[in-house]
Amino acid sequence: MSLLKVNNIHAYYGNIHALKGVTIDVNEGEIVSLIGSNGAGKTTTLRAISGLMSLREGSVEFEGEDIANYASHDLVGRGIAMVPEGRGVFAKMTVMENLELGAYTRNDADGIKQDLERILELFPRLAERKTQISGTMSGGEQQMLAMGRAMMAQPKLLLLDEPSMGLAPILVELIFDTVKELNESTGTTILLVEQNAHMSLQVSHRGYVLQTGEIVTQGNAKDLQQDESIKKAYLGIE
Amino acid sequence: MNKELTTIDWQKLARYGLLWGVAAVYVSVIGMIESFSGRSIINNTLTLAQVLLFIPPIAAGYMIVNRKEIMPQDRNSVLMGGAAVGAISSAWVVLLIIVQGAIPGIRNVFINVSPALIEVLTFGLGFAGVFIYVAVTAVLGLIGASVHLLPDRGRRAVYNVVLTLLIAGAFGEIFTQVLRPLVGNVVVRALYTGGALNLVAAVVLVAIAGGLGWYRQENQARYEAFRGEIGTPRQKQVYQYQVAIGIILLLILPWIVGRFLSDVMVTIGLFIMMGLGLNIAIGMAGLLDLGYVTNYAVGAYILGILTTVPPDGSGYGFSFWIILPLCLFGAMSIGFVFGLPVLRMRGDYLAIATLGFGEIIRILAISEWLEPLAGGAQGVLYIPKPEIFGISFSNPQQLYYVVFAGCALVLYVSWRLNNSRTGRQWMAMREDEDVAQAMGINLVRTKLLAFTISAAAGGLAGGMFAAKLGTIFPTSFNILVSINVLSLIIVGGIGSIPGVIVGAIFLIGTPELLREFVEYRLLIYGAVLVWMMLARPEGLIPSAVRKRELKSGVDSL
Repeated sequence: MSLLKVNNIHAYYGNIHALKGVTIDVNEGEIVSLIGSNGAGKTTTLRAISGLMSLREGSVEFEGEDIANYASHDLVGRGIAMVPEGRGVFAKMTVMENLELGAYTRNDADGIKQDLERILELFPRLAERKTQISGTMSGGEQQMLAMGRAMMAQPKLLLLDEPSMGLAPILVELIFDTVKELNESTGTTILLVEQNAHMSLQVSHRGYVLQTGEIVTQGNAKDLQQDESIKKAYLGIE
Repeated sequence: MNKELTTIDWQKLARYGLLWGVAAVYVSVIGMIESFSGRSIINNTLTLAQVLLFIPPIAAGYMIVNRKEIMPQDRNSVLMGGAAVGAISSAWVVLLIIVQGAIPGIRNVFINVSPALIEVLTFGLGFAGVFIYVAVTAVLGLIGASVHLLPDRGRRAVYNVVLTLLIAGAFGEIFTQVLRPLVGNVVVRALYTGGALNLVAAVVLVAIAGGLGWYRQENQARYEAFRGEIGTPRQKQVYQYQVAIGIILLLILPWIVGRFLSDVMVTIGLFIMMGLGLNIAIGMAGLLDLGYVTNYAVGAYILGILTTVPPDGSGYGFSFWIILPLCLFGAMSIGFVFGLPVLRMRGDYLAIATLGFGEIIRILAISEWLEPLAGGAQGVLYIPKPEIFGISFSNPQQLYYVVFAGCALVLYVSWRLNNSRTGRQWMAMREDEDVAQAMGINLVRTKLLAFTISAAAGGLAGGMFAAKLGTIFPTSFNILVSINVLSLIIVGGIGSIPGVIVGAIFLIGTPELLREFVEYRLLIYGAVLVWMMLARPEGLIPSAVRKRELKSGVDSL
């Protein structure tokens, strides 16, 4: 069943036509990658889904309901959590405080406690650093924290914006492994926006390729990895 | 760079001394020395002017010893360096004396360089006094430096003596007033003459303060032992008793300290309320509001207009107690309305916009348009004092209780908010608005709530201010109020509730007590703020989070 349906959306930055009719389907339980080069409109698409950007045309449906007009803070309660680009942890708060804030929209103290334990299990690095000021952690750890924090909201759909950005190659691998594990162990649907096409297609089920505001190719992650033109353009393989 | 010095770096030492010397010549040229030359700290022995002149050489001598890159730490270097830096610090003043002698017209530029000033600087000895001045500063520098050579307890005794003498001397008039009803005229007269310490009394004080400093170490150890002995539940009980005693003391305080100090405390209380209120916006929610005077003015005018009883019988004349909650709600509505247009603004832009709001209110109050209501430049007169069940709160000692209750209320609300869900929302918003929104925090509601609650405290303080003065004028509500409140938060420690209280006592109370300094108030204010930002950017009593931030900032990245 399709959890998120992005229907032919158009968005503008001033006069610049940034999204020219993007259509994306994300089914429940999937990891879907949205890949593309710089300036292709990947982040813009995420911003449009999470209500941070207004649409000129098209619709965004979540669980069959049009969410284009919801304020972005309302989406968290409906089950969409986003990890913004550049991690965006509350740098001056401790790891625990960050995680607690992730559960801001929830009221079930017991459930929150359980989720907290589960997430600390999933991210053992965070468990070691519960009381550390999050700004003093390494980039990879901050990314883990941002993901863990988003998971605290018990989302049905997790939007990840360039989780590998600015990380050392070994950490990039770790992050993608974690993304996969998150999906497998909790069943959370994940929409992954990435420049690192190779790595993200490896952990994804399906993928979309975005180019100057339009979807140019889509399909199974495995097929996309084999696609000659994509190999050339995005994977750097001759 | 880091290798141990074996000899004094004379060039750096000279620069250091000259820098302190600027302070001495500065206080002379702006007229502080002359105005305070008549103000004695110890009768016939030491004037406030001399204290001001002596601080630079002593401080230079004392502080240069800590500069390991300037001088080695052995005994001879310390003594020699101290004397040298003290003497060098006199250079500018000596130059001033010479220039003043050579160019008679200098008073046209530096109007405070008067013969009286020169007489103070040269000890009334004419040009020969210059040599005495240099010698005195050298000795003072030596004294300042040699403090470091004393054993720990000796140093503590010296600190105690200096502090005691300065406080007892500078606040002489206040001590006289407070002590007279308590201990009788005879004792007071033995201590003070005309607000200055008597020499004998000063010697006794020095002995007591020095002795206490000398022996404190043993007491400290004994106290620690006592604290170690008693168990945790007992300690908690002791703590509760301490709080109870503290509250009782606060409640009887106005009757101990008398009318003048009660009045000062009322003013401090008003600023504590405003400080706590502004702290909600700035410290908790991170909204830099430079127009806090708005709320103060709204509260004051609501109370003034609705309770005034002019002799011609034209006022509304409602009771203070009915209108006070209205001040609160009035300020809250204004906070809400002013919050709306600036919802999308952040940081500096928000600060400028709120600055404008402060001016809007002041200009509205003075405008012809509102004159029938607010009285224009005349303000609102004939505001009666609060009264309940036949008890009138007319003098400062009685008004103190009204303000005390107000402070207690605002304090309680701030404290509860700080640890609440709302407090967390504000904290998240302060750190990163975008991420906060991604966490599901409704920014619009959260911001407006911060503006509104913050404004409430200002309205409350404004209402009480109007009742205290009995008359309000538009000129009372200028930008200086906003700046004062902001400064006291910064000095106390942004986001820290005890910090606000200490900041208010320090910044609002001290100038009220040091009436002689009234002319130089803003100068001292500025100097204190600059020094604070350099030495203790986190404030006097920083909040736990801020302290963490500033500490971790060093290790991060």
